[in-house]
Amino acid sequence: MNLSRKLLILVPYSWLVVLFLIPFGIVLKISLSDIALSIPPYTPKLEIFSSSAEWLQYFMALDLENFIFLSEDRLYYVAYLSSLKIASISTLITLLIGYPIAYGMAKSPEHWRPTLIMMVILPFWTSFLIRIYAWMGLLSNEGLLNQFLIWTGIIDGPLIILNTNWAVYIGIVYAYLPFMILPIYASLEKMDVSLVEAAEDLGCSATSAFWLITAPLSKPGIIAGCFLVFIPALGEFVIPSLLGGSDTMMIGKVLWEEFFSNRDWPVASSVAIILLLLLIIPIILFQRNEHKQREVER
Amino acid sequence: MIKQQAHTIFEPWLNPTEKPIIQFKNVTKRFGDYTAIENLSLDIYSKEFFALLGPSGCGKTTLMRLLAGFEAPSEGKIILDNIDIVNVPPNMREVNMMFQSYALFPHLNVYDNIAFGLRRSTMNKADIPDRVEEMLRLTQLVPLAKRKPHQISGGQRQRVALARSLAKAPKLLLLDEPLGALDKKLRHETQFELMDIQEKTGTTFVIVTHDQEEAMTVASRVAVMDEGKIVQVATPDRIYETPNSIYVADFIGDVNFIKGKSQILEDNKILVNWAEGQQPIIGTSEDRIDNGADITFAIRPEKVTISFEEPLDIANVFKGKILDIAYLGNISTYHLELPTGQNFKAQATNTHRIERRTYTWNDEVWLSWTDTAGVILSE
Repeated sequence: MNLSRKLLILVPYSWLVVLFLIPFGIVLKISLSDIALSIPPYTPKLEIFSSSAEWLQYFMALDLENFIFLSEDRLYYVAYLSSLKIASISTLITLLIGYPIAYGMAKSPEHWRPTLIMMVILPFWTSFLIRIYAWMGLLSNEGLLNQFLIWTGIIDGPLIILNTNWAVYIGIVYAYLPFMILPIYASLEKMDVSLVEAAEDLGCSATSAFWLITAPLSKPGIIAGCFLVFIPALGEFVIPSLLGGSDTMMIGKVLWEEFFSNRDWPVASSVAIILLLLLIIPIILFQRNEHKQREVER
Repeated sequence: MIKQQAHTIFEPWLNPTEKPIIQFKNVTKRFGDYTAIENLSLDIYSKEFFALLGPSGCGKTTLMRLLAGFEAPSEGKIILDNIDIVNVPPNMREVNMMFQSYALFPHLNVYDNIAFGLRRSTMNKADIPDRVEEMLRLTQLVPLAKRKPHQISGGQRQRVALARSLAKAPKLLLLDEPLGALDKKLRHETQFELMDIQEKTGTTFVIVTHDQEEAMTVASRVAVMDEGKIVQVATPDRIYETPNSIYVADFIGDVNFIKGKSQILEDNKILVNWAEGQQPIIGTSEDRIDNGADITFAIRPEKVTISFEEPLDIANVFKGKILDIAYLGNISTYHLELPTGQNFKAQATNTHRIERRTYTWNDEVWLSWTDTAGVILSE
């Protein structure tokens, strides 16, 4: 390997080291520390230029106390579980809505497709925060949705949606739908049309051709889409705090409260470490899927 | 050798009592304003290897998709075995298709690809493995049964596609440019394999191709198409030797055209007055041609003999000058100039090695051919 190639590889690696590994090390360090009334609010602290005795003393002071605390308090357990539930259900709903949209896009006349893709991407041009705020306006008791439903006479009084888990599901599905649509669209679009024709030629009805050919062949797109929705949804903070109620338990919200309300940096850090461990499993699965896919295509 | 004999006997289209397996009756197919097939009628007989030949956009693929059921005709009937199949969906037709892209299911292995159609049929589950094995043996794919399509070569994929489309023993097999993706050598081998399999299974094959050599090799009859119409349907040798139009003569193989006026003699003999001060060409025609009509004399380059001495006792003798020689290994094509300035091609086999070649550039030579060597086209 020559020098220029080594330098080229150095770019992504240094990016990872500076922006991921070092911050992760700092968070890990804080998670093993104890809370203290100081700035920053934890102990022990370590100067970079310390003697070896000081280093040893420092490491002796670190412990797993915060993790033990997390495992003992039901709140965290419930919050993790509820986050997993909300993220999984949202992913499923996103898939159920996103697949037909992606299918319709892939089957549409070719000259329409760029426009349709543009329409899927267009919401990203507006700030994420503003779009979630807009949902508050839509879903509130006096919001457009309730006004419309009352006007049509379907309901008499307003539906209470805002500040419930319903609003959180709506928010997550809305915000992450494009991440589901685009990979599924990509896998459907590159599929050879003659495969479905061949299936029909060999005796399949249109429905069975879909389940036997189209669905299995779009699996990589489905898996990619599910991970792209599930992973950020699991740690989502903005949507549950703006649209969810006081009973909406999501780990992102808990983390925020530990960090800013309780100023308990060590516990907040350990919450973050466990969340990361929870996410690493699906990420590894995701990467393995990508790898397998690439081998098939080669 | 055996093949040759079978071919001379197998001529159901000449037998008026034979019923065709497929009949196109005045079929028209329009896509919006564009007419892909225009009022086309065609009979194809059982056990035929029928080739649809034409340039891209001539409607041959549309014709095949009409047979498979992926398109419905705008007008007319398509009859398969006495039943009008226009309203039968593709999955209910006893017709299978081998796609140009092969359309092998990438997530299924070779075995499951071949079994796919059988599993959707009424066939007894227990009989499926036997049938698949039979197909694997027929196409010499037994060792590859567990491989996925991306793990085998292009030629092997082509055989899987063939085995899959034959597995259900269809009444009719459609092949859409089946050898288009193969390299030339493999294509030649596969052509013979296809003929062999067609004969073994006794299935009626309809092949779509733009490769005239391929159509000539495999087919019992060839239909030459142009702009949604069939120009000529005949056996390969008739298509080559007695094309019915300039279009067919030009599309199949190499040809020289000479325009002229007819002058009828006795015994089907016709004089072609083609240039002032030149002796007329003597030809024959089975068709009735009017005296003094505008005609085109067509002659294949290999029917023309080149010599230094003026040949005697031959109907047509002309002078020519060699402009260019295309050396093709087994044969050479000589590009010549007639005394009138017209270009003319002649072919000769290279019986001598190239360093001993008799004719060279700018040689004045004699060109000669018999009175039956060419065709007179009246259009």
